[in-house]
Amino acid sequence: MADLRVNIAGISSPNPFWLASAPPTNTGDQIKRAFDAGWGGAVWKTLGEPIVNTWSRYSAMDLNGQKIAGLNNIELITDRPLSVNLREITEVKKQYPHHAVIVSLMVEAKREAWHTIVKQAEDAGADGLELNFGCPHGMSERGMGAAVGQVPDYTCQITTWVKEVARTPVLVKLTPNITDIRYAARAAFQGGADGVSLINTINSITGVDLDTFTPRPAVAGKSSHGGYCGPAVKPIALNMLAAIAADPATAGKPISGIGGISTWRDAAEFLLLGATTVQVCTAVMHYGFRIVEDMIDGLSNYLDEKGMQTIYDLRGKSVERVRDWKELDLNYVVNASIDQDKCIGCGLCYTACNDGAHQAIGAVRADNGRTKVHVIEDACVGCNLCSLVCPVQGCITMKQIPTDAGHCSWEQHTSGTGKLAPRPQDKHFH
Amino acid sequence: MSAPSFDEIKRPLPKDEALTEANRCLFCYDAPCMRACPTHIDVPGFIKKIATGNLRGSARMILESNILGASCARVCPTEELCEGACVLNDLHHKPIDIGRLQRYATDPFVIDAHTPLFAPGAATGRKVALIGGGPASLACAAELGRRGHTAIVFEAAPLAGGLNSYGVADYKMRHETALREIAWVEQCGVEIRCNTAVGRDVSLDSLLTDYDAVFVGVGLGGVPPLGLPGEELSGVRDVLDFIAELKTRPKADVSLAGKRVAVIGGGNTAIDGVTQAVRLGAAKVHLVYRRGRDEMPAYEHEIELARKDGVDLVLQAQPVAIEGSTHVTGLRCVQTRLGEPGADGRRAFETVPGSEFTLAVDVVLRASGQEKRRGFLSGIPGLALDKGGRVIVDDTGRTGNPKVFAGGDCVSGGKEVVNAVADGKKAALGIDALLKGN
Ligand SMILES: Cc1cc2nc3c(=O)[nH]c(=O)nc-3n(C[C@H](O)[C@H](O)[C@H](O)COP(=O)(O)OP(=O)(O)OC[C@H]3O[C@@H](n4cnc5c(N)ncnc54)[C@H](O)[C@@H]3O)c2cc1C
Ligand SMILES: Cc1cc2nc3c(=O)[nH]c(=O)nc-3n(C[C@H](O)[C@H](O)[C@H](O)COP(=O)(O)O)c2cc1C
Ligand code: SF4
Ligand code: SF4
Ligand code: SF4
Repeated sequence: MADLRVNIAGISSPNPFWLASAPPTNTGDQIKRAFDAGWGGAVWKTLGEPIVNTWSRYSAMDLNGQKIAGLNNIELITDRPLSVNLREITEVKKQYPHHAVIVSLMVEAKREAWHTIVKQAEDAGADGLELNFGCPHGMSERGMGAAVGQVPDYTCQITTWVKEVARTPVLVKLTPNITDIRYAARAAFQGGADGVSLINTINSITGVDLDTFTPRPAVAGKSSHGGYCGPAVKPIALNMLAAIAADPATAGKPISGIGGISTWRDAAEFLLLGATTVQVCTAVMHYGFRIVEDMIDGLSNYLDEKGMQTIYDLRGKSVERVRDWKELDLNYVVNASIDQDKCIGCGLCYTACNDGAHQAIGAVRADNGRTKVHVIEDACVGCNLCSLVCPVQGCITMKQIPTDAGHCSWEQHTSGTGKLAPRPQDKHFH
Repeated sequence: MSAPSFDEIKRPLPKDEALTEANRCLFCYDAPCMRACPTHIDVPGFIKKIATGNLRGSARMILESNILGASCARVCPTEELCEGACVLNDLHHKPIDIGRLQRYATDPFVIDAHTPLFAPGAATGRKVALIGGGPASLACAAELGRRGHTAIVFEAAPLAGGLNSYGVADYKMRHETALREIAWVEQCGVEIRCNTAVGRDVSLDSLLTDYDAVFVGVGLGGVPPLGLPGEELSGVRDVLDFIAELKTRPKADVSLAGKRVAVIGGGNTAIDGVTQAVRLGAAKVHLVYRRGRDEMPAYEHEIELARKDGVDLVLQAQPVAIEGSTHVTGLRCVQTRLGEPGADGRRAFETVPGSEFTLAVDVVLRASGQEKRRGFLSGIPGLALDKGGRVIVDDTGRTGNPKVFAGGDCVSGGKEVVNAVADGKKAALGIDALLKGN
């Protein structure tokens, strides 16, 4: 069985599955139950100045009957007294010495304030710290959270203050509400961070009630933009993770991946793109701590199947495959291929290609009354769309068509060092 | 085992389930479900509207194609029609629950409330008489009304709806539900005159002279006697009378508790007879059919329902006499042997000498096929019948008499409500073209 133990920036954990700093890590009791369920670590709900929450504070994006494709919140940091949190941190650590307890912190941009809270968290027994420079609502209006994460200089400055006193590893949690995540990551490392965590939530309004005209979540007839997370944000998180992992300035640095992780498959993707641990919030808010059982089991079986012994055999394997567009091979020719035995004749591929792509699928009504579809090969540009809409597993596959043209990227094409294979539009456009 | 109840077998869908189900629909191109529907309801279209929460639009889309969409949602043999054609069957998934989604969309407007969804068209001053108030005429009349013609329905029975009100199994749709739907149709600009038999209370001639066109939707007649000795005994009835009675009277008044019942026939009507006899508490229910199970004209899912209800299928048995002195006490049958398929594709059979047996029963219900209304129909000048007694019409529903159109069971020989609606609507378009052409 594969060894799932990890060490990220000096913090060791029995497995890479951590709870993100959020409602599931509000209390020591929850974290103990989570550890009992199998979670390897937990990032304590952010500690800081006393705050007051609105009552109504979450809203969701449902997709075609699937609940919570995305979750939005306007919740602030912990609303429990600091002393209670600190006492519970000590308790949890005493009971679970081998699990990772990371304490998330956010105070105003004052050196003393940061020094104080860092000492308090570490004295309580934290194995590491996570600086919350990501909360996009409420706290940011007060110059904290995303207001820090959005300005690389502030990120660097506060990280520096923290590192002046910290005895444990420091992770900086980044906000995705920026234009290029690499600048934020570089600033964190420049300030001395031992690692980064990403992503925090994305600015969002999930919808508007069509009867009351109030956006969600409604707070006495008003609303405020919140932070978006859950399955919907995974692609955004993966991209930002890959950008940092591939950036020469930060390549190889410890990263804790966050954003839309619900299963071991999601987790494996984060690991492949360079994360060492993953953090989960929404999936636990939806289904509870128990989901970690299959995350551990599934990842471990997957590693076994791949003949891998540890997380590190997997970590970062896909990073070098993320390239600039200009490097991609323009002569990699694929065509849609339909398995007629599997096809149920729904015609979705026909509609999609005809209206939304390249008019490369023909449809006729067969004798049995079903729609019979076929690919018009010299019109197919291999865009994948039909295979994405087809409801039947494995029915449309994208088959590579060998060409004798050899590799040709945009760079090669524009510098005259490559030769493009013929393309469908050469025949169809005049 | 306690008897199954008359509760609806197809329960209405709660909102959450309806949305989940609606979202399961693939939204097929040239959807086979839509083509399998005789009224060509845009199934993916109305289901998508349910998914987006546009229930009014969904109901309109259904009812524009099929004015009796609320009935059809309950009584259509969807297994054989839209749901049977759903591509998800090929994926070995459950097909989309189209019937119940259709009910979900239409009930709020048609049954629960009477929301006017269609305004009558600008009056053309043309008048059409419709003979019979069943599904065919109602569909025809509603379409004519939408096109601005005055449509007046003449119905012999005290209430309209034909077999949709008096015939369909009570566990599919109650009498009252059918009536509520009719009240909604009336609101769309259809006038119905009940207790008015054409040929008795009003003359056929007067209709042919006073109206610009006539639609004939008289359906079929009763189940005629089989010509068996003892058929006059009390306890022997036409299954249609039995069903009409149980649908319109309190169930306690028509209880069959402790009774043994035999229903003669192998079609869907025979199934409705046995399944409802079971629900009325009968102690023992037999279905007696001349050929084998494979030859039964009833749909497989209907036969399955009878089997689940514990009905005794007495197959390859030909009734030869009804026993009893004043009241029936038994049904004597003889065993049959099946031969090769004949010219009509059905297997011939012969009786097996010496194989007679008697089922001890208190009630015998004839469900061996409805007769045609040849007498009435042959009184309509120019209208021709085929050998089976069915009215001959062209593609537009027009009979041999240029101002007389026909549709429904009297043309098809007996199909489903949805076919009658399709016929009625088609004839309305034919009539509209005729009236506009004049
Ligand atoms: C027992 C039974 C169960 C059925 N169950 C189903 C089912 O579950 N699902 C389904 O889809 N279909 C079912 N059907 C079939 C369906 O009911 C018929 O196909 C449909 O009702 C035919 O409609 P119609 O308008 O042609 O005729 P009908 O419904 O028969 O209506 C004809 C009307 O014309 C009236 N009429 C006749 N002569 C005159 C006259 N001279 N003057 C005035 N009025 C007259 C009659 O009183 C009757 O009301 C069932 C049929 C039967 C017999
Ligand atoms: C209700 C709620 C409250 C949150 N509170 C915090 C917080 O206090 N501190 C923090 O760093 N992140 C907070 N987050 C962000 C999560 O830790 C996490 O970064 C984000 O939800 C993405 O992960 P997910 O897609 O698994 O939910 C919160 C998220 C939610 C939904
Ligand atoms: S791959 Fe794209 S272009 Fe080719 S058939 Fe599919 S949808 Fe059409
Ligand atoms: S989408 Fe798939 S199943 Fe549907 S018609 Fe196309 S190939 Fe067949
Ligand atoms: S065939 Fe089935 S999946 Fe396709 S549109 Fe009809 S109901 Fe929906």
